Amino acid sequence: MVEVDATHLDRIVAGFAAALRTAGLDVPVGSVVTFRQALGVVGLAAWHPVYWAGRATLVHRPEDTALFDDTFAAYWHDQLRPDVAMEMSEHELTMALDTGDDEAATPDDAEGTQEVDLVLRWSPTEVLRHKDFSLFTLEELVEAQTLMRQLKLATSVRPSRRQRRARHERGRLDIRHTVQRALRTEGEPLIRASTVQSEQPRRLILLIDVSGSMEPYARALLRFAHAAVVSRRRVEAFALGTRLTRITRELSSRDPDDAFAAATGAVEDWSGGTRLGPVLREFNDEWGVRGMARGAVVVVLSDGWDRGDPAVLAEQMQRLARVAHHVVWVNPLKATEGYEPLAAGMAAALPFVDRFIEGHNIASLEALVAAVAA
Amino acid sequence: MTYTHSVDDVRCGLEAHDYLPDDGLATAIFLALELQRPLLLEGEPGVGKTEVAKTLARWTGGDLLRLQCYEGIDVTQAVYEWDYSRQLLHLRTAEATGRATGVDADELESELYSERFLVKRPLLQAIAYGQPPAPVLLIDEIDRADDEFEAFLLEVLSEYAITVPELGRFHADVPPIVVITSNRTRDVHDALKRRCLYHWVDHPDFDREVAIISRRTDGVSDAIIDQVASAVAQFRQLGLYKPPGVAESIDWASSLGRLGAAALDVETAEATIGAVLKYREDQQRVREYGLAKLLEADSNV
Ligand SMILES: Nc1ncnc2c1ncn2[C@@H]1O[C@H](COP(=O)(O)OP(=O)(O)OP(=O)(O)O)[C@@H](O)[C@H]1O
Ligand SMILES: [Mg+2]
Repeated sequence: MVEVDATHLDRIVAGFAAALRTAGLDVPVGSVVTFRQALGVVGLAAWHPVYWAGRATLVHRPEDTALFDDTFAAYWHDQLRPDVAMEMSEHELTMALDTGDDEAATPDDAEGTQEVDLVLRWSPTEVLRHKDFSLFTLEELVEAQTLMRQLKLATSVRPSRRQRRARHERGRLDIRHTVQRALRTEGEPLIRASTVQSEQPRRLILLIDVSGSMEPYARALLRFAHAAVVSRRRVEAFALGTRLTRITRELSSRDPDDAFAAATGAVEDWSGGTRLGPVLREFNDEWGVRGMARGAVVVVLSDGWDRGDPAVLAEQMQRLARVAHHVVWVNPLKATEGYEPLAAGMAAALPFVDRFIEGHNIASLEALVAAVAA
Repeated sequence: MTYTHSVDDVRCGLEAHDYLPDDGLATAIFLALELQRPLLLEGEPGVGKTEVAKTLARWTGGDLLRLQCYEGIDVTQAVYEWDYSRQLLHLRTAEATGRATGVDADELESELYSERFLVKRPLLQAIAYGQPPAPVLLIDEIDRADDEFEAFLLEVLSEYAITVPELGRFHADVPPIVVITSNRTRDVHDALKRRCLYHWVDHPDFDREVAIISRRTDGVSDAIIDQVASAVAQFRQLGLYKPPGVAESIDWASSLGRLGAAALDVETAEATIGAVLKYREDQQRVREYGLAKLLEADSNV
């Protein structure tokens, strides 16, 4: 595809956008137009510039890179010259891993990836759905991954930016808003349109307790977090132990085992102690209150066992609850016969929690999915 | 606006000013220049985001206009401010000379709100910039600013225009080269991302890091540079609080150079570790992992 006429190129570009969307990427029309312009500038003589032009215009967060790479390899494979295509198919072998929910990636791959095998082996037994995570074998954990991926996580939609701005204006009418308003009267309609249509799913933040007492559950919940990170946009994941570790990037690898290994590798204090209060404070200071948790759905996955001062935890939960849209606490021990939130940490946190649910098996994670959508 | 005809021109231009971009970054910069779109660079601390803007300014000869973002940044720091004390002084003088009343009053008011009392901040400076070469507008660490500022910025960057109510509309004759950086402590709005060319800046691979360190240090032996690059790459795998960026690699290599070290052995590493790992916990972690083990791996590179 060295020389193509403009309409043909349009068609190729539109086809690529469609393939990306099928693969689950959010590809706004504006970005496609920019991609088309970029191709006009870098040309089509080699796949490298085409690839990087796509990355610069169609990918807006590193977590989407793997999906983009898969789709790029499969799609441009057919569009580029044979000698270039050779290079591409190598690429494809290392990156093309399918998820159960998209048909876009490599429809022609006869080799069959591990993932496809997984899907074939999987049988959705009720037993597995209700089995306690702490009793899972490794194989079951792997099967569970497939089940978890089918949990379609959707958070509620946040109101448009306009409404939020109006709320802010209440107290002070300052010069900045005056200027903004003045600008807006002359502003182009495009901006207004994008402001109005800015209804977005809320960000979902998963805070996973990885201390020793949570170990049997943390393994499973981490896989749940992985399924969430790769299946939808605007998900953030952190590990809570004696310190805070952001693991979103680690979990963004398409391969669940790679992701799991990367995440546990990044968490220095995996299966160590917990300092829920101070670690939550760190989250609030560095990320949450600073912006990430504003209007977000925050899910804490923890048994609430904590030796620290419950007052610190309570204070931090309160800070978090103030900025978040919704705080959900998932406690695997909640399902235990006769359990009451006796853990001091749990008791301190509860007043600031919107939903308190169990999380010891897949069936209960289905309940979590429902809670997150509220 | 033609600094370039190809991605290679960008690479060469930046390299001539000691910045070594990889393919992805060079392409993104090239597209930003060609399509006259802002460039949004995200990445971990110290990977060279801010330096891109500085180097672009040196290369193109444009002025560097820098806006450092922080929580609560507002129009007076980012766009413009009226110089109240000078306006007041002007008013007093007018009163003293009797101009403040009668026919002159209207004229006086328009004088008060004329460009001579306007203090331009980086955004307005960039838009109101008159002649080529275009300035480089660096909006650094946008993730620290709040949502409203971002929305405002989007409007400015869509139009390359700013209205000052008392004065009218400034429109950029020469659109600035805009570089926005973020450490991604929160996500930048999708609308702003769509307006920009996007690039996630990764840590450089081994060869590039070696090249960067050589370029940015003097009189450090190749052997030491190799060892530094290799050790730093391994540090980044250890899940540290603050994984070292390129800046730290450079600092480390320079201090080793200053010490006149012949090779990076455990003792020298121990003595200079503070140049590359700024947190005690991180230094501790590396020691626990084993400095010897980390340095040993070097010889196999
Ligand atoms: N590709 C490169 N070529 C040459 N020098 C580089 C490169 N990348 C980084 N550097 C060096 O690393 C230093 C740090 O980079 P810079 O300050 O731009 O990082 P940053 O990503 O903006 O970090 P922060 O997020 O902490 O602000 C620069 O001063 C420069 O010397
Ligand atoms: Mg910087």
